[in-house]
Amino acid sequence: MKLGVKMVLVLMSIALVSGLLLSYTYEATKNDIKRNKEIEKEEAIKVVIKGTERFTEKQIDAKNYLLSAYNKDGKLIGYAMLTEGAGFQGPIKLMIGFDTTLSKITGIEVLENVETPGLGNRITEKWFKEQFRGRLTPIGYVKGKKPEDPHNIQAISGATISSRSVVKIVNDAWKLAKKEINK
Amino acid sequence: MKKRSLFYEFKKGLVAENPVLIMLLGLCSTLAVSNKAINSLSMALAVFFVLFFSSLIIGLIKNIIPDQVRIPSFILVIATFVTLADLFMKAKFPAISKALGPYIPLIVVNCIILGRQEAFVSKNSLAASLMDAIGMSLGYLWVIVLLGMVRELLGFGTIFGVRVLGSWFKPWLVMVLPPGSFITLGIFVGVLNWLRSKGGKA
Repeated sequence: MKLGVKMVLVLMSIALVSGLLLSYTYEATKNDIKRNKEIEKEEAIKVVIKGTERFTEKQIDAKNYLLSAYNKDGKLIGYAMLTEGAGFQGPIKLMIGFDTTLSKITGIEVLENVETPGLGNRITEKWFKEQFRGRLTPIGYVKGKKPEDPHNIQAISGATISSRSVVKIVNDAWKLAKKEINK
Repeated sequence: MKKRSLFYEFKKGLVAENPVLIMLLGLCSTLAVSNKAINSLSMALAVFFVLFFSSLIIGLIKNIIPDQVRIPSFILVIATFVTLADLFMKAKFPAISKALGPYIPLIVVNCIILGRQEAFVSKNSLAASLMDAIGMSLGYLWVIVLLGMVRELLGFGTIFGVRVLGSWFKPWLVMVLPPGSFITLGIFVGVLNWLRSKGGKA
């Protein structure tokens, strides 16, 4: 057999076997991967809007989803935004809960971030996330002291950029949600 | 070439020809994911899986692969196993998969894997290649896990998530950041070199 032909044949067979194997595995794991994402979303919305029993989801654009949360009686209890924005080093993905009038934040959850360990990624710490609960929209931040204004949260010392990014993502999501709901 | 025992092929990866400390291969992933012991361990297990099965398959089919397409064939086989590992972790261990981020897919270009195929598997018997793969993986494993334990202990005060140092301990932030990785690995390599130079052999 000519060398050229052999090269093509060998490489093609390897690629073919590899392709078959991968498509099979992809099919086999697809549902689990999808379910993990769903579970993650469901847990996050239950954290940011207490009492959520079920929710509906509407895609606004590639990175933003508006979720409507209902309690066990089927009453609308709030809206949540699943959103993504720029952090210090990479994207931060958040679930943000609002009340039904969008005037108050009911909670936030950090789903994904690549902020600096020990500094920026302290945005995932409970005290930081809890600060958002009950803040009035739009929010802002103060440095180094307890905020007095009900619109403000306290930035993490040493990680102002990450804190500011979270505030900006929350405000952007709030504007987007407002536009979407009043449409 | 002198015929060596299978045990030798296994043992050499642990210290004498350790992929990280002696050959300084695969440093990108070693430095990047070792900020916590559990991340190190998951990464090492993924590398073990990929290296073992790549060596197995390549050891089986190396005789039919023409020399000229050797590297693309190796990469294809390696990439297949890496993707399998990636999908499996995403499906079964979503939390760990998230922590390791892009470093699982990057095993494809981890030079330990391709390096072993090129330098060892393509020239040796299947049995020797598998021993080599196990030894090299374990060599990678102990270094990266130890690195993760040291960095986690000093950077968070914990080991495998269990608090070891009390609340008096002020975490050394630098240890979980990239510089801590370079410093710790540098000390490891230095100590090993010192021991080797003193003892004449490892």
